[in-house]
Amino acid sequence: MSDIIRPYGDTTGDGMVQLSFTLPVPHGKRAEGAALQLAGKMGIDPAMVVHSKPLGPKFTFFVVYGRVQHLVDLREVQVPERDYPLLTPKEVNAVIRRRLRRKLVVVGACIGTDAHTVGIDAILNIKGYAGEKGLEYYREMRVVNLGAQVAVPDLVERARAERADAVLASQVVTQRDAHLHNVREMAAAFREAFPASRRPLLVVGGPRFDESMAAELGVDRIFGRGTTPTEVASYLAHAITTKRGSVPEGAGV
Amino acid sequence: MTGGLTLDPALVRRARQLADQAARPVIELARRHTTVSIERAVLRLAGVTGADPDGIPWVNRLVDAVRADVGLEHGVALPVFAALRAEGINDLTLLAQKAAAGSIHFQIPQGRSASVARRAAHRAVAAGLRRIDRRRAERERLIQRLGDPPRRPWIYLIVATGDIYEDIEQAQAAAREGADIIAVIRSTGQSLLDYVPEGATREGYAGTYATQENFRLMRAALDRVSRELGRYVRLTNYASGLCMPEMATLAGLERVDMMLNDSMYGILFRDINPIRTFTDQRFSRQIHARAGIIINTGEDNYLTTADAVEAAHTVTVSQLLNEVFAQEAGLADWQIGLGHAFEIDPELPDSFRLELAHALLARTLFPRYPLKWMPPTRHMTGDIFRGYLLNGFFNLAGLLTGQSILLVGMMTEAVITPWLSDRDLALQNVRYVLNACGGLAEDFAPRPDGFIQRRANQVLAEAVALLERICDHGLLQAIAEGTFGIMKRPPDGGRGLDGVAVQADDYYNPATEILEQELAAEREERHE
Repeated sequence: MSDIIRPYGDTTGDGMVQLSFTLPVPHGKRAEGAALQLAGKMGIDPAMVVHSKPLGPKFTFFVVYGRVQHLVDLREVQVPERDYPLLTPKEVNAVIRRRLRRKLVVVGACIGTDAHTVGIDAILNIKGYAGEKGLEYYREMRVVNLGAQVAVPDLVERARAERADAVLASQVVTQRDAHLHNVREMAAAFREAFPASRRPLLVVGGPRFDESMAAELGVDRIFGRGTTPTEVASYLAHAITTKRGSVPEGAGV
Repeated sequence: MTGGLTLDPALVRRARQLADQAARPVIELARRHTTVSIERAVLRLAGVTGADPDGIPWVNRLVDAVRADVGLEHGVALPVFAALRAEGINDLTLLAQKAAAGSIHFQIPQGRSASVARRAAHRAVAAGLRRIDRRRAERERLIQRLGDPPRRPWIYLIVATGDIYEDIEQAQAAAREGADIIAVIRSTGQSLLDYVPEGATREGYAGTYATQENFRLMRAALDRVSRELGRYVRLTNYASGLCMPEMATLAGLERVDMMLNDSMYGILFRDINPIRTFTDQRFSRQIHARAGIIINTGEDNYLTTADAVEAAHTVTVSQLLNEVFAQEAGLADWQIGLGHAFEIDPELPDSFRLELAHALLARTLFPRYPLKWMPPTRHMTGDIFRGYLLNGFFNLAGLLTGQSILLVGMMTEAVITPWLSDRDLALQNVRYVLNACGGLAEDFAPRPDGFIQRRANQVLAEAVALLERICDHGLLQAIAEGTFGIMKRPPDGGRGLDGVAVQADDYYNPATEILEQELAAEREERHE
């Protein structure tokens, strides 16, 4: 198979794509011309407007088919690597049962002044996110969601009281790098409060984190935008079966 | 209306009797408690408005100040109105400001000053309720003049940009495209705020904050488009979370037409304390009853967390419980919008027949209620083409089983917040089905002893069995054990418990007093 490919409509190499979009232009010939111009600039040539429909007086919806001129070089495709397998809830539960012989305790919170529980709720709440159930759904996990605006000392205290295996901290607000500051503070506090062998896994999530910054911030894992509960659950199952991830002592703290 | 389904009448009677039995102790519990949000709602009715420079509403500051001095258990009405008199002022918001500065010492008035404070509180709250009455009358006049949607189901569309001014644009566009009801989704996390934000808001997360000013702005915009279109376009928001009673009150004051208001949603899905929720819920429903607001319950949520076939009977149980709570609070039949949803895995054989059985069961059990039919979410995968087909079947099931309110499903569910074009395509889907077979319900009678008939009776029997188990241990215990939606929620856990107090013997709440007296009088009248 060649490494250089094009979209496939009904013949190899035909490059055919379908596309739909709305332009803020009243319906008519001029709108169709605008749609063709856009398609052309996107590399679709020739392009056909197969459908256009007014959406109110100011907008037009288009369906466009056409041949895209661009080539894809498979050798240049890079995908971020995930170093653990994705498991179903059933599999995660089985791993926990086998390895821990008790429930995995997860304590979650939005730390600092952050009141946005959207992230932590998406991961923990049974309603979940993106069609996946949150960690509360997992029978072998005991989830304690502390909600918003939890102070770091309270989080440490609660993690100790609940004998947490993992602590999930969410940060949405990033004004003046508050999220980075809060995470460093949390990592330092846990390092101080627990001997290295007993410290719960520290997992941080939020839309503005760079997933490669875990070591720098002193935590075990960072999850960025679009993370689903399954990924977090799979990671936790993976983390308890392998040795504790190596976080350089004192790094970035 | 469909009359094709035959349910075992003894089983139906038993189900209602058990639901009543399960709900009664919880209603008694709610009657014995009050919450910070109920007390704040009373103050809102009495006329306290606005917020401090940090955005904390004056009702919060005032209730906190009263609570610090005399506790919550007597209700705030008497200490507040006694202090108002002692200060020689007549502006409650000014009193709140002084209280927040720490210059007021609250006491429970005794003897003559207690009766003076009681009368003043009663008068102020009655004036607030009259404002709600006027808004209700205004709605009735507008509906009379402009008219209701020309057919059932009413078409329900969601907007959620985070910016109220952008929402207004989208809501007006949606109404012009055919929506009968506009729901403004709230910002994520608002349900866990123990205060109602103030003013017009332009920034939210996956939704727009529910505030009194946002309610007012959106209602005014929909009034304009209603006049333009010649039909009354309804507005929906949420009375859920920690501020349920205040949300209901603000909705009544600003003529919001429908409110999401489930008896157990907050407990199960937001981990709000059960006693807080049931107590807040009862007050909020009393306000909704008064304001002529239609409530929407949240049974669809059970099916998004548990399997929609296995858990079908939990929907029925929740509907029956919501019915008891709604009727007790004084809601009329036309105000009880019980929910259910099209959430069965489409890969399952006969999934559509199962959907029809469940939808018909709800329709037949609750023939006079404006049932709300919710579209697929759980099995919307991002494959928009398949999703569009599934929504077509959802629309068909809704028409075939005579549902009253149809929440329009988006093919981009679980992908993005709907685009202008998504909404247009979704409405085309609905219009096609309505146009092609709007009257099909009259031809549709499931065969006696056929699949649908058997399945509906089976779900009802399972519901009765579950209600029996609930009655054995009590509803609170059942919730603690994880009977609904899998989550275990003990009565002493969850958020907001610190805002709950057992009422003292001298507890006084003029709003509850007026609402319950007038409801009792109304019921008596009906019996004569």
